[in-house]
Amino acid sequence: MFDYMTLKVIWWVLIGVLLIGFAIMDGHDMGVGTLLPFVGKTDVERRVVINTIAPHWDGNQVWFITAGGAIFAAWPFVYAIAFSGLYWAMLLLLAALFFRPVGFEYRSKINSPKWRNNWDWLIFVGSSVPALLFGVAFGNLFLGVPFKIDETMRSFYTGNFFQLLHPFALLVGVVSLTLLMLQGGSYLAHRTEGVLQTRVKKINQIAGAINIVCFTVAGLWLTQMNGLSVVNMADPNLSMNPLMKEVAVVSGGWLTNYFAHPILWIFPALVYVGVLLTLILQSKHRTLTGFVVMSLAVLGTIMTAGVALFPFVMPSSENPAMSLTLWDVASSKYTLNVMLWVVIIFVPLILTYTSWAYRVMRGKVTVEYVQANDKALY
Amino acid sequence: MIDAGAVDAARLQFAVTALYHFIFVPLTLGLSFILVAMELTYVMSGKQIYKDMTKFWGKLFGINFALGVTTGITMEFQFGTNWAYYSHYVGDIFGAPLAIEGLMAFFLESTMIGLFFFGWDRLSKGKHLLVTALLALASNLSAVLILIANGWMQYPVGSEFNPVTMRMELTSFSEILFNVVAQDKFVHTVSAGYVTGSVFVMGISAWYLLKGKHIEFAKRSIRIASAFGLASALSVVILGDESGYAVGEHQQAKLAAMEGMWETEPAPAGFNLIAFPNEAEQKNDFAIHIPYAMGLIATRSTDTVLPGIKDIREKNAVRVENGIKGVLALEKMKQDPSDAQAKSIMLEHQKDLGYGLLAKKYSADLNQVTPEQIKQAAHDTVPQVAPLFWTFRVMVLLGFTYIAFFIYAFWASGNNVIHEKKRFLRFALWLLPTPWIATSFGWFVAEYGRQPWTVTGILPTHLSASSVSAGEVWASLAGFVLFYTGLLIVELYLMFKYARLGPTVLTEQVH
Repeated sequence: MFDYMTLKVIWWVLIGVLLIGFAIMDGHDMGVGTLLPFVGKTDVERRVVINTIAPHWDGNQVWFITAGGAIFAAWPFVYAIAFSGLYWAMLLLLAALFFRPVGFEYRSKINSPKWRNNWDWLIFVGSSVPALLFGVAFGNLFLGVPFKIDETMRSFYTGNFFQLLHPFALLVGVVSLTLLMLQGGSYLAHRTEGVLQTRVKKINQIAGAINIVCFTVAGLWLTQMNGLSVVNMADPNLSMNPLMKEVAVVSGGWLTNYFAHPILWIFPALVYVGVLLTLILQSKHRTLTGFVVMSLAVLGTIMTAGVALFPFVMPSSENPAMSLTLWDVASSKYTLNVMLWVVIIFVPLILTYTSWAYRVMRGKVTVEYVQANDKALY
Repeated sequence: MIDAGAVDAARLQFAVTALYHFIFVPLTLGLSFILVAMELTYVMSGKQIYKDMTKFWGKLFGINFALGVTTGITMEFQFGTNWAYYSHYVGDIFGAPLAIEGLMAFFLESTMIGLFFFGWDRLSKGKHLLVTALLALASNLSAVLILIANGWMQYPVGSEFNPVTMRMELTSFSEILFNVVAQDKFVHTVSAGYVTGSVFVMGISAWYLLKGKHIEFAKRSIRIASAFGLASALSVVILGDESGYAVGEHQQAKLAAMEGMWETEPAPAGFNLIAFPNEAEQKNDFAIHIPYAMGLIATRSTDTVLPGIKDIREKNAVRVENGIKGVLALEKMKQDPSDAQAKSIMLEHQKDLGYGLLAKKYSADLNQVTPEQIKQAAHDTVPQVAPLFWTFRVMVLLGFTYIAFFIYAFWASGNNVIHEKKRFLRFALWLLPTPWIATSFGWFVAEYGRQPWTVTGILPTHLSASSVSAGEVWASLAGFVLFYTGLLIVELYLMFKYARLGPTVLTEQVH
């Protein structure tokens, strides 16, 4: 149906869709988990916060697992090199992710203030650390990851963990942390009321300001940074490996795509408009619209980064010619085709029953509701 | 290049984290269907006690499920962190079922579990039952897909090598899906899960009866668990045999090792009930031998010969030699892609490439391989006998024990005398931890039995690991052990607390 080259582009879009789905859905759970100890002052308040996402966090987390699985299936080179190269970063992420399922499920199983308070902070760690690390990872893509590949396609990571904590990467980490806090905050503003809602709205304003400032600084920093550009490459309609191209290092090169196609500025614009509009909408009590608009800002942020890197998906600082692009990391044409059909069939189904679940559980979560269902809720 | 210490550490890490993950998986598989049976009874009879049963066993299900999810994420990460070359080499094939598992099973399972716990007052009886049924169905669907992935590692079909990308690529998705090994493994594995769930409910209910509390609740739970358990125990043994049949056809090395079959016997081969394998001399020091049995079970015929270990090793020495020729030709092609002669040699020996790679363990430069090293590589193609021989027998023994156990329970429960059978109830309590021994040993047989390969005949384990140092893998393993021990203590603490309190947890505070 599609030729190989088109399929490769489609899969770049689909990986993007899964990452955006993850950031919108699991992202708001991570935001809520990050806000938990600050928004909820008492046990029952914290239970209100947790129970806004209690029926949904498990399903939402699957966006993360599926994005990982899809990268394995569609971009095996990226999966192999990213996970083994960024060894300790990945294990740190994994360790943080341990606390969330267990924290949600076990926290309210024992009625002891100490037990519950400890779990609340573990949920905070399990939510905020991944939110931060995703940004740090994206930041490192722009800086380039120190890896090389040999003739048998075995990869070697030549850097160390602390190298990943470059100031630019940390700045992008703050962007993603505040972004997901806003995503969670706009959700909480919709599902809570009274004093909790007031507190959330205040935090949203602070997170919004930090997010916009850091996003802008990161963008300006990018103009001074070296980017990459493919100058010569084998036929992308045939099987390729990452050693079959030439790459040039270009100062400010990560903005080339924006200047070549000005329409792409729509993505960073979406971030500014989305964040500001969300804050305006929440002050006018239009919280549901606020959440939807904030989700568009999340989409804008990820697309801003993805479009800047295009066609690269994982640049190498060790040897730019070995950088991974969407042309040379893809699975075989056959696999991309099979997986495309799987996505076409299942993603609409997933969206349908997920919306149904949200509809069943709709409405404000209140202190009275938590007290009335004391034994059944988280 | 590849740190041999890192390979060993990575294998140990995989074994530890996979077996730990599989503490929680079988209970999820089994308990989910028991919940469906309980809730169905509630919907049909309208009796509150069945709703309480669903909710109470559901609480224990939830405590277990949280760790199943947590430890499952580790498994997905680990292919990339510790087994990067494996991920590159077979990701084109292996990645697909993993991604489909997420899209088809995990999403449904994880969305429904939220509604299962929190939707009681918001859904009609029928809709809530549907949610529970979808939860059970999706849990089992995830097992299908991961076993399709594992089945392909055991018996790789529908794929071929691409020299440009230096990896295996998918050629037939339907062959992967309908892989006979995957199908057998699936039924065997989920049945084992159902047995685990049934033994779990039986054990805890037996404890209530022994303590003289929650009598009605326990008796009804036993009735459902014993019926489900009996059907499952029969299925796990009969379809375990089915699984052995498939192994016999495709994985003769594993079968020979499992059975301590050193020599090729005239068909049908005998079965070693008990034996003391002697690895050094390639013989059994002692054996109780049942004539004909093995050949009949494994080949379903009286005239198919099952090769013994010595013959398998001898035959594989030839494959190693041919494989080396293929790998050397491939290396030439990498230097000069237009070398037609190299290409034709590579194509000629393509099916033995994996065997050639086995020799890399002994000589990084395959031009320098000695006949002695070829012999060693061929020797490796059959895993060590004693560990497989014994774990397999313990698993089978437990399987037969469960059949007898559930027959009696089904009878005693049906005649409403189960609460009087104190000795049986104590036995049920003692049996409670054993399904975890059986399932761990089963996985050990499957995975250790596949050595020296990660993908049988295609990719040797020693080449599959990442280029990370042994120190890093040991350090991360230490981290896992630390984390997992802590999590297990918390989980068992809650599980014991809730199981002891029984259905009162639905109405009273737990301190």
